[in-house]
Amino acid sequence: MTKTEKRNMVLGLLFISPWIAGFILLTLYPLISSAYLSLTDYSVLSKPIYIGFDNYERILVDKLFWQSLWNTFYFAALSIPINLLSAIFLAVLLNFDLPGKKIFRTIYFLPSLVPMVCLGVLWQWMLNGQIGLVNQALWPVFDTFNALFGTTLTPPNWLADPAYAKAGLVLASMWGVGNAVVIFLAGLQDVPRALYEAAELDGCNFWQKTIHVTLPIISPVIYFNGIMSLIGSFQVFAVPYVMTNGGEGPGRSLLFTATYIFNKGFEAWSMGYACAVALILFVIILTLTLLATRLSERHVHYASK
Amino acid sequence: MPPIKILPITLISLGLVLLYSLVHNPAPPPRSDGRIEIEYWEKWTGFERDAMADLVNQYNASQDRVFIKFLSVSNIDRKLMLATAGGNPPDVAGIWSSNLSVFASNGALTPLDKKLAQSSLEENDYLPSVWQQLTVYNRVWALPTTPGSNALHWNKRLFREAGLDPERPPKTIAELESYNDRLTQFNDAGRIELMGHLPMEPGWWSANWSIWFGGDIWDGHSRVTATSEANMAALDWIESYPERYGAEALMGFRQLSGVFASPENPFFRERVAMVLQGPWMYNFINNFAQPDFEYGVAPFPTLREEDYGASLVECDCLVIPQGAKHPEEAFTFIEWLQRPKQLEALSLAQLKFSPLQEVSEDFYARHPNPYIRVYRELAENPKARIRPQMVTFNEFSSDMENAIDEVVRDEKSAHDAAEEVQNRQQELFKYKHQNWLQIREARLAEWDQR
Repeated sequence: MTKTEKRNMVLGLLFISPWIAGFILLTLYPLISSAYLSLTDYSVLSKPIYIGFDNYERILVDKLFWQSLWNTFYFAALSIPINLLSAIFLAVLLNFDLPGKKIFRTIYFLPSLVPMVCLGVLWQWMLNGQIGLVNQALWPVFDTFNALFGTTLTPPNWLADPAYAKAGLVLASMWGVGNAVVIFLAGLQDVPRALYEAAELDGCNFWQKTIHVTLPIISPVIYFNGIMSLIGSFQVFAVPYVMTNGGEGPGRSLLFTATYIFNKGFEAWSMGYACAVALILFVIILTLTLLATRLSERHVHYASK
Repeated sequence: MPPIKILPITLISLGLVLLYSLVHNPAPPPRSDGRIEIEYWEKWTGFERDAMADLVNQYNASQDRVFIKFLSVSNIDRKLMLATAGGNPPDVAGIWSSNLSVFASNGALTPLDKKLAQSSLEENDYLPSVWQQLTVYNRVWALPTTPGSNALHWNKRLFREAGLDPERPPKTIAELESYNDRLTQFNDAGRIELMGHLPMEPGWWSANWSIWFGGDIWDGHSRVTATSEANMAALDWIESYPERYGAEALMGFRQLSGVFASPENPFFRERVAMVLQGPWMYNFINNFAQPDFEYGVAPFPTLREEDYGASLVECDCLVIPQGAKHPEEAFTFIEWLQRPKQLEALSLAQLKFSPLQEVSEDFYARHPNPYIRVYRELAENPKARIRPQMVTFNEFSSDMENAIDEVVRDEKSAHDAAEEVQNRQQELFKYKHQNWLQIREARLAEWDQR
């Protein structure tokens, strides 16, 4: 290493040292200590007592843990595709060169600025089965359908019915789709015009251009947003926690793994157990992210390669 | 000196200062008037907070040795536990008696026995149902502020409209249900418009229904009894709701129960005629119900006539967390607050009753709540019960709530739901109990030293 290289190295390290310090203190240390605590019986107040893999053994037969994991996977499987598709759809719409497009972009982004807690309270009322706005909008549809086919269908009791609670939460979480839309928009604006022109010369219509030009070019952005929403949906906590007033939803349908960690750690003060569940969730998210990376390698197109 | 060396030195020293301030935990600086500052965290935020703040001000004005710094802290159980674990707890904390067993078994509190022995306070000064709550593992952990009991609250106008005698509340569960059938109304679309009674409204005592069915949810020692005869009778009673009124209709109706402390509350909106509630209702009815709202308070009906008069008595209380910097001064303040005059002033302002045996003659005349005697008599009644001092009570409660929910939605039979709670909770309790037995001796010795 030459003198300049050495100097640059030191400077570079210095510049990122605030981050390194933050990472070590606030992420790495808690991660390692929670890994250790997961092997103990720890009530926050008393000294942790080492108990080996006891917590993990108990988790394996804990019905609530499995239910929370199932709920989390269910929610992720429902919300990731819906959120991604709607974000791409909105981004494509907002990318059209229309008068006032900046106003529309602002409007669609605005809901993302609403704090999670407000979002939870707001959607608690929006999704109310009897007087909620969502069902107010659905009633005419159901009434028409019932009149035509002689049925007696009613819109769902979103948050009171275990069958619909997760769908309700997905609806509510779409409210925050604005972040992803902005990232997609940036990606869309990066698509070289020359490619569109070439495609047009070859006689492509809008859909063909979207599928063969736009999507491959923005695939890194789709990948990024996909991973972010994967992680986000596996960590879902604040909105359902508020929507259920700190509870677990009807029939525990909104008991997610993150909620379970919180309840075990801060309600039951079984912090060792909570750490073990948290570590399992960490491994699951890590595995899924690696899997997604592996699967997407062939489909993500990087211009620099 | 080249700039490259100044930068790292500054950064490193800044980092060290930051680290030091994180780790170091200084005592508050002395006050300019030389008084010792005592920190007091109180769980209440509303008018109950103001009532306590008044007394703290009185105390601060009454002497010049100590100054109480009064803070209103929400979610106090969680924050107090973390502050105590972090070694920086307040000197006094106002929590609920139901927190005591978990806090005590975790070593978060200072036992008060020695301090009590040196003070003029005695067990016999207090209502037994209150004192019982302050004692866990044969030690006293707290002193009371204001207790409450729960009772049947009924809407007299709705009784009249249903052709029932508005001055005659039901006394047995059978009677309650016959009233319920008379009061409950459906609209043409098959939706419930009005219910006589709904066990889930407000559903705060899901784990305690067995009180009115003549039983308990644990043996007080080592065994959970979710499938006891009494708890099964309670769950069978709840199971009769979906059978009689329909699971769908109940689900729709329950969605309308808005926030408790709001005009959306179904009792204030006259959509539920009878609820199990406590003395705080007086305040909420004044704030949120129509001015002509007419209601009565009586003991909640019981399955068997001989249990009539049973209720759950709970209590707000003051504790000295383990690691408090000024435990002696903290106790002096708590002791001052235990004087009849102070406790009665607090009870009047917090709209509850006094935890003391002796009550001054004009207390009831001065109390704004016309039904305050009913609640007090429930707490005096030998049938009064306290919340089970079981360390896994929160988890038990959550499981019972879920079981009731499943039964009302007609997803499970009362029997299966109870079995499930029993198996899960017994397992959990056994585990915690065994862990407790392992550290028990060390804990007891530790407590005896303090």
